[in-house]
Amino acid sequence: MRGARKVARGHTIVALLQDHPGVLHRAVSLLRRRGYNIASLAVGRSEVEGVSRMTLVVEQEDVEQVVKQLNRLVEVLQVDDVTHDPTIEREVVLVKVAAGGNMQSIVSVALGYSATIADVGMGTMLLELSGSPAKVEGFLERLSPFGILEATRTGRIAMVRGRATHSAAELVSDLVASTPAPQSPEQWLSQADGINGTN
Amino acid sequence: MTLTDDSRTGAQLICEALLREGVEIMFGIPGGAIMPFYHAMWEYRTQLRHVLCRHEQGAGHAAEGYARTTGRAGVCIGTSGPGATNLVTPIADAWMDSTPLIAITGQVSSAALGTDAFQETDITGITVPITKHNYLVQRAEDIPYVIKEAFHLARTGRPGPVLIDITKDAQQARTVPRWDQPLRLPRHKSARVLDRGAVERALTLLAGAKRPLIMAGNGVIQAGAAAELRALAERTGIPVITTLHGKGAFPESHELSLGMSGMHGWVHVNRAIQECDVLFNIGGRFDDRVTGKVSTFAPRAQIIHADIDFTEIGKVVPTSVGICADARATLACMLELAPAGNHAAWLSRIRDNQREHEPHQAYRRRPNTPTLMPHDVFASLDRSFHRHSGYRVVTDVGQHQMWAAQLIEWGRPRSHITSGGSGTMGFSIPAALGAALAFPGETIWVIVGDGGFQMTNQEIATMVQEDVRNVKIAVINNGYLGMVRQWQELFEGARYSGTKLTGPDIALLAEAYGVRGIKVERPDDADKAIEAAWAHDGPVVIDFRVEREANVFPIVPAGKSIGEMMVTATASA
Repeated sequence: MRGARKVARGHTIVALLQDHPGVLHRAVSLLRRRGYNIASLAVGRSEVEGVSRMTLVVEQEDVEQVVKQLNRLVEVLQVDDVTHDPTIEREVVLVKVAAGGNMQSIVSVALGYSATIADVGMGTMLLELSGSPAKVEGFLERLSPFGILEATRTGRIAMVRGRATHSAAELVSDLVASTPAPQSPEQWLSQADGINGTN
Repeated sequence: MTLTDDSRTGAQLICEALLREGVEIMFGIPGGAIMPFYHAMWEYRTQLRHVLCRHEQGAGHAAEGYARTTGRAGVCIGTSGPGATNLVTPIADAWMDSTPLIAITGQVSSAALGTDAFQETDITGITVPITKHNYLVQRAEDIPYVIKEAFHLARTGRPGPVLIDITKDAQQARTVPRWDQPLRLPRHKSARVLDRGAVERALTLLAGAKRPLIMAGNGVIQAGAAAELRALAERTGIPVITTLHGKGAFPESHELSLGMSGMHGWVHVNRAIQECDVLFNIGGRFDDRVTGKVSTFAPRAQIIHADIDFTEIGKVVPTSVGICADARATLACMLELAPAGNHAAWLSRIRDNQREHEPHQAYRRRPNTPTLMPHDVFASLDRSFHRHSGYRVVTDVGQHQMWAAQLIEWGRPRSHITSGGSGTMGFSIPAALGAALAFPGETIWVIVGDGGFQMTNQEIATMVQEDVRNVKIAVINNGYLGMVRQWQELFEGARYSGTKLTGPDIALLAEAYGVRGIKVERPDDADKAIEAAWAHDGPVVIDFRVEREANVFPIVPAGKSIGEMMVTATASA
């Protein structure tokens, strides 16, 4: 079954965006107008200056049209639905649990999941875990009997295995294939436009 | 400021940037946050004409009318807050109909952003879903580049609206401008290279077709591809249907022209779609008013869809061949490769179908009644359009819009202007203002209902102020919001909830504006009034008091297949 190893419903979308104010609003607005819920959203700088990479998880069966519309946005450089690609998916969670006499048991759970003990306070313990979404889910489930006081998750980030097919730099070289490798984003941005031209 | 000084205020830079983009006219209304721009525009007034509208919605539609008739980007201006929100309707309209529009709005000073300052509205936030792109400009030095990029985006690819919101302090600040900045639009998808392989696949499909059809949409007109379309149709012998916005892309007097399809299309045209084996849609987006119930649309056809916007291909109907390119490039490439063909048998089958349904096509003729019927007015208008040349027609939204599409023979690109996708009542009168200023040597006819007329007729005052003399307004006055009333009659047990409309004496109101008003109540007076309007040197408003409960037929009930058309209130075809 297609995508059986993934979360049953939902799509993981990876996009490269220009690092501008408002770009996230534009992207998210396309999902909002359809009433789609965003399960998670992680965005940060990519390997190329001025370009952000976003991983978006949408709980929806069919995202083809919205992916196309994301792709149409001026500041969106590339969009891929990687749901059915072989990917590595990771999430970071910080979780604060009530820790009294049961501290040893909590530490055992943490060790079992290779989690880090980030802080120990009066009657609390703050754990940090990075792992697949399934691992993070399992970790939180195991901790819940101790009493989770607070949990915060970064949301999923995803990368396709093997030869990087979503590299911002590759995108750039694809755009300026006939010219020498550009030095700065400004330079390639302007060259890219020269190649794209107008109609 | 002296001319030897290289520095300019942001407001001056707006003017200079607009001039660099070839702007000659703008439509707007001043207010607090946009006053620096108005202050500066006085210096440039001989090159950059400003038309003071009566409402920002009017300014926006006027800019749309200018854009739709010329193919250039129209420019409208509003202040912050209500000025900006009043522009939202025309921006949405331009978005839906792919009209190149630049909206410039003033914004509160950058220090006050986000404080609910007087007349502050987050207009960039509001217009995200209805613009190709928008900008919040907070520095004078950004103005030259932003305006350059905004015009590029509005005009290229699939045209559309772009909003530039400029804070008051950015308009006031002085800077030495840099005009030489190249566009920074990586991966911007405005220009796609034509895929010749796709064109060849499309031609193979068409060559093998027994019952092919070409459906022409707005993209043909936008791309200036009417000549190529005609050449391709004549070469291949494939009959052509048009969408509402495709009217003018193909002359309706042509033997291969079938007319309009869709909700109010002719029976034989919708039948042809249901029977065809290959449907080639060039520059249309399969709007639901065109397709009816999608699952039953063109059930025997393989679809070829050529559109400049890749998001449109496959959006509504499954496509056998998608071509993502400018309509003119697509058609030109097809003309290079297409063999000559003939589909006389298929065409004659469609014509037989047309004749067979002629007895049922009472909707094309006026019923036998002494009352002034809408059909009388449209027949008179059509006759007058055959007598005169140098005219364009702007229609509003509703029954009259459909009658105009059906009962007037259209022939020339950019001569039929209407609000299609958005269906914005009140569009026509201000849009005609923009068209009239773009083409002072032509006559701009407005066809509008009494509902739409009462939404934006204040722009007649703008026409008077600007000495616009070439607008003639035909009001199809039935005292109802007619299309809604028709639906209520046909589908909701004639419960006329909220549709009965009392209006002013429209001819008297016209006279109050200082233009000529004519009232027509009898069929025999229609021709005379229309000729008088053509002859009069100045705007004319004709109040056609038509039969109040006339209906537009055929009609495909909403959500039904285009194969199920009502041709009268009780009969289907």
